[in-house]
Amino acid sequence: MDFFKDIGEILSTSEYMSYIWSGLKTTLIVSLGAATLGMLLGMLVAIIKISAQTNKKLKVPEIICNIYIGIIRGTPVALQLFIMAFAILAIRNFPLEITAILTFGINSGAYVAENLRAGIMSVDPGQTEAGRSLGLSSSTTMMSIVIPQAIKNVIPAMGNELIALIKETSIVSMVGLIDLTFAAKIVGAGDKMADYFVPMMVVALFYLAIVYILTFILRKLERKLRESEQHISDKKAAKVQAKTTKKLNRIQTRYDKYVAGLKTDTQEDM
Amino acid sequence: MADLDIKQDAKPCEEVMLSIDELTKSFGNNQVLKGISTKVCKGEKVVIIGPSGSGKSTLLRCLNLMETPTSGAIYFNGEQLNAKNADINAHRQHMGMVFQHFNLFNNLTVVENIMLAPVKIGLKQLRKQKLERLKLKIKQLFGKDKDKEINITLNKRVIYKQAMDNAMQLLDRIGLKDKATVYPSTLSGGQKQRIAIVRALAMNPQVMLFDEPTSALDPEMVGEVLEVIKELAESGMTMVIVTHEMGFAKEVATRVLFIDEGIIKEDAPPKELFGNPQDERLKEFLSKVL
Repeated sequence: MDFFKDIGEILSTSEYMSYIWSGLKTTLIVSLGAATLGMLLGMLVAIIKISAQTNKKLKVPEIICNIYIGIIRGTPVALQLFIMAFAILAIRNFPLEITAILTFGINSGAYVAENLRAGIMSVDPGQTEAGRSLGLSSSTTMMSIVIPQAIKNVIPAMGNELIALIKETSIVSMVGLIDLTFAAKIVGAGDKMADYFVPMMVVALFYLAIVYILTFILRKLERKLRESEQHISDKKAAKVQAKTTKKLNRIQTRYDKYVAGLKTDTQEDM
Repeated sequence: MADLDIKQDAKPCEEVMLSIDELTKSFGNNQVLKGISTKVCKGEKVVIIGPSGSGKSTLLRCLNLMETPTSGAIYFNGEQLNAKNADINAHRQHMGMVFQHFNLFNNLTVVENIMLAPVKIGLKQLRKQKLERLKLKIKQLFGKDKDKEINITLNKRVIYKQAMDNAMQLLDRIGLKDKATVYPSTLSGGQKQRIAIVRALAMNPQVMLFDEPTSALDPEMVGEVLEVIKELAESGMTMVIVTHEMGFAKEVATRVLFIDEGIIKEDAPPKELFGNPQDERLKEFLSKVL
């Protein structure tokens, strides 16, 4: 009973909660920033590695990508954080949040790249063949046909990586950035509560909530991407048809507007 | 018995569309094509038959550079496809290919499948025109080429509308207009293949390449696909077809090539090739499949 009373006490004390909200904000900023950077970097690296198989000109970029992946995967992220914070970006007053975003983003990118590459390779090569046979360039084929299908396949692995990323950021206090985990330490420290257990539990609940929301979003995304698959309900199939019909109607109306615009132009000229 | 000169075409060749010159193809140590030389003329329907592993699919795939030749040359309308600086994408826009496993784009609805290439390629041309105009304007800022003018002839909305209308027209032609807004995964094999055929036709190709178009279909659906191919043949399309359907070959082909062990062993109009085969291996092959 004491336990729940203590939790209530923490949640209702604005002084304690201010540390936790501030820490939460930092954790979310770093996680989101790193996730975005990781996705972009990972996509770039994956595409380079895949295209290098057929395109001889990409030999050198491919080697650079492999070195990048090798070093990042071969060293602990804490060490990477130290190197970034205390060596590379040890500029006075350089915002630690950016250092953290860069570190975790670059780290995540290596794993995302390999996940995406696996996803791309799992797409039937016939899709690429069909695209190229129509005269589409390899980049258009990749962007319009292969990658959309690859993303659908990698959502489970990507979700794993995102969740791991959010929790990885809990080490930023090692370089002086106050995040959600460290907030628990502050609240539980000597001259505050003198009890670490309950604050840690509260913060754990916060992490659980973040991960749960993320998992929920990913599940919805996966379901939406799978609407092109075979076993969907009639209701969903009807939705798809309605959406596509809307798209086609939009093409028609935009064309009609354009033609009408041309007519009035020539009328004005007359 | 009339004197059979196998090399003579039934019709005089008015225009050579595809020309293959001493084509060889090896996969590692395995040499699949051992020196193929032949021509395909405009309007011809060339059907390629042969046992498994003979290299017939490989030959077809070399025609649009899906496979790159190990040696030899392929010419399309006089231009060498496997030349170092050849723009293969531009050439492929004039060649359509239909695959054994359909290869419809699973992430797009049927109508989007058909519209994709015309739209993307149209937009690319539009971008090129705008870039040229921009370059000219910059040059004119420096006082050069003052009297030149570049007009943009394309328009985004027109590109989309034409692609859409064309797609719907093609779907109507094969009786699948009502399937325009569904995903391919909901369709039967026969429907998928017919849509794959019109997807290739949307680019207005000069030649259509078919790689065993009915081999992956249930017997009931083979007929509907062959009907579409027959209709296309009757409209005058130049075609190269790899198939096991001998009856179909007899009906549609103007010329049949028998390929075995990587070389053309016989090349004749269907009546002669099926009625009076010369090559021993061909006789053996036909006795097993007919």
